[in-house]
Amino acid sequence: MKIDLVLALAGNANVGKSSIFNQLTGLGQVIGNWPGKTVEKAEGMLVHHGKNIKIIDLPGIYSLSTYSQEEIVSRDFIALEHPDVVINVVDATALERNLFFTLQLLEMEAPLVVSLNLVDVAKKKGLEIDNKKLQELLGVPVVSTVATKGIGVHDIVDESLALVGKTPSSFQTKIRYGAEIEKRIEKLENLLSNIDIGYPKRWTSIKLLEDDSEIVKLVDKQHPDIVIAAKILSEEISHIHKEPCSAVIASERYAVAVRIVNEVQTAIQPAKPSIGEQLDAISMHSAGGYLLMFAIMLSILMFISFFGGWIAEAIHNLFEGFNPHMVGFWPDLAWNGAMIGFYAALSVALGFILPFYLILGVLEDSGYLPKIAYLMDKPCHAIGLHGKACMPFLLAFGCNVPACVGCRIMETKRDRFIAIFLSTLVPCSARTAVILGLVGAFVGVQWAIALYIIDFLLILIIGKILNRYLPGMSVGIIMEMPPYRTPSGKVVIKQAWNRFKPFVITAIPLIVGGSIVIETLRITNVLSVISDALSPVTVVWLGLPAFTGFLFIFGILRKEASLVLLTTAAGTLDIRSVMSPVQMIVFALVIMIYIPCVATIAAMVREIGWKRAVYITMFEIGLAVFIGGIAFRLLNVFM
Amino acid sequence: MPQEHIEEYLEAIYDIAGKDGTAKTTEIAEHLHNAPASVTEVFQRMERNGLVHYESHKGASLTKKGFKIVMKLKRKHRLLEVFLARFLHLSEEKIHDQACKMEHTISDETEIALCKSLGGPTECPHGSPIPPCNLDVKNCEECLAKQTITLEKREKEIVTITSLKPGQKAKIVFIRGGRGAIQRLCDLGLTNGTVVSIVRSAPLKGPLEICVRGCKLVIGRGIADKIFVQIEGS
Repeated sequence: MKIDLVLALAGNANVGKSSIFNQLTGLGQVIGNWPGKTVEKAEGMLVHHGKNIKIIDLPGIYSLSTYSQEEIVSRDFIALEHPDVVINVVDATALERNLFFTLQLLEMEAPLVVSLNLVDVAKKKGLEIDNKKLQELLGVPVVSTVATKGIGVHDIVDESLALVGKTPSSFQTKIRYGAEIEKRIEKLENLLSNIDIGYPKRWTSIKLLEDDSEIVKLVDKQHPDIVIAAKILSEEISHIHKEPCSAVIASERYAVAVRIVNEVQTAIQPAKPSIGEQLDAISMHSAGGYLLMFAIMLSILMFISFFGGWIAEAIHNLFEGFNPHMVGFWPDLAWNGAMIGFYAALSVALGFILPFYLILGVLEDSGYLPKIAYLMDKPCHAIGLHGKACMPFLLAFGCNVPACVGCRIMETKRDRFIAIFLSTLVPCSARTAVILGLVGAFVGVQWAIALYIIDFLLILIIGKILNRYLPGMSVGIIMEMPPYRTPSGKVVIKQAWNRFKPFVITAIPLIVGGSIVIETLRITNVLSVISDALSPVTVVWLGLPAFTGFLFIFGILRKEASLVLLTTAAGTLDIRSVMSPVQMIVFALVIMIYIPCVATIAAMVREIGWKRAVYITMFEIGLAVFIGGIAFRLLNVFM
Repeated sequence: MPQEHIEEYLEAIYDIAGKDGTAKTTEIAEHLHNAPASVTEVFQRMERNGLVHYESHKGASLTKKGFKIVMKLKRKHRLLEVFLARFLHLSEEKIHDQACKMEHTISDETEIALCKSLGGPTECPHGSPIPPCNLDVKNCEECLAKQTITLEKREKEIVTITSLKPGQKAKIVFIRGGRGAIQRLCDLGLTNGTVVSIVRSAPLKGPLEICVRGCKLVIGRGIADKIFVQIEGS
């Protein structure tokens, strides 16, 4: 397909870029109310007035001098890939800070359309913004939008199309800084007049003054004299303002932003604190905040435990009603293999995984995640991280794969490695299904909770060890705190479905297939041969029934499969008749930690490389076997 | 009475004082191996000089003037500790006693030169924060880049952002730390001269939620300790 136009969405974190992207392309980019959701750029297509338009969604960015890894993605795309139009999404409730970035885009002389988003929220906060005036001051088209409702999003595309074909010089900005800076920018521009390095001259001059390492390197290769000139000029500026030149320029940009805001915005201070602020006071309270957090976590666990059990039983009764009770190889294979595999997978999916994603969606969309990052910042220091790591950790409760990718919000390599390592130990929804569906259902909820506590202790201990022995230090948290908002039912359901879909498409067929294989192996007695080979570990050390050996191998593919296939391999639905409570606890414990699933290993390889991914995997296998054996011996004394 | 003696009394009050900022006469006497009667006498003299508030039976607490002197001494003491450990390779147990003696004798100019040659450290080898200087600079880079030592003093008192009460407004005047951190703070709107206020802080020296340019930001305690402000209206 021929692409007529490329539009890139850029702006601060959590301003609604992904919402606009989803509205335009109809795709399901993850959205939610917390900074750092989008860590990779996403692409989608839109056909508008017969034109094929490619839309790019970029991670949030505060400045073109970059800080964390996901921000480099954005800067490189805007600077090097030259999209036809950059759509700068601006949060109308925080205009000053957002314009700081807009001004930098203007300096880059990129064809720009400003999408003034969240105007509905701004209005509620008592902020009125004069759209026309803003357009006049910035010299670029400004479109008011409410991305979540789709208001104005297609006007952005119309305005973008109108910009195509204009001469590059028409994108030069009229915005100017203080005289002492402008004089020096002009000097550098003159020096650069006969040189082409691919960037606009004014922008290059400013970046040279700011001592931006990449631009300095680029210019230094061809014209070291200009770099020296820039150093002298920037020192002159530092001397006047008693501050490094980059800080002076940042202050200047903010001064311009303040001036614009003063002209375009009228604010009426609301008389009483908003509901959001009142909720903040409770949920971020020094004592109450923590109590609330634990209460929420515990009630989610209890709810899913009971709901999952109830669904499993309902589905079992429904399907067993159709059981033809025939005997023989083929009927056994069809019923015990395929059918039981299918409905057991279905009950795991509907009972545990889907409800978890729905709850996670509500937490995400309401804006509760950053509050947890705030509350848990200090405790996170014990494991060498800061509070932001809690956000990927919470994602990890759903699935470890997006959590590994989400760890890109951590600023240093060291922090990312620790965060990824620990994310793979967080019990994902599949492991939750095993813990609650086996231990919770057959031994007791208190034992399931004990398993969670053991897991968290392991995370704490391993984090402490990593923190101790890995060189370097965490940089500390700097994060935006978004206000609460009412979660949108539509968004939550759509999001849960997008995350749930891969489960339906890949996991259910895999589990049904695996179930048929295991049933075949069981009937033909091959299963016992494989299981016997693993019995020194499974039977002798872990004290488990021999048939579990095969499940551990299968669990590498999907952890929840080990629960479903347990019934097939045991040849009965009442697991209590083949496993003692101690065995169930040990089985769930080992499944919980013994290896990240294949998809997680693949994500780790992509994020931190083969070597480290293999280290983590081997370590976790060893740890699980070790702890499982000890647990078996200890529990036998007590139970 | 020699200046050094007075300074030791001030430091003792600072170190011993309870939550209300008052140090008991008997405690000070014990700490400095002096008779309580002579401690009382010194306290009365120090009160006349405006260094402490003294109440018989309760004890002495530092005035603003006294507090400033203590901060200066602590600064010299901890800078000296860094110097003794880093350049002279003295063991950690020895540096404290040595610095205790040296802190009373070095001049302000030496103090600044020491700070510069050490690259503007923020903590002593034992992990205690080094109080900032009161030079009229906006961050350490500017000072470190200069060849000469200037002694232009700030007129107004500065405190770290962490010592603000919730709702209290203050202006950023000085940010300590490396270029990367300063750049990030600038990008998020924490430029010099910006008015900020604290919304709340998490318990046990956790992070702070601050309000800047109409947005709320969370910053870790370690970073907040490096942002110095001047309280509005002070």
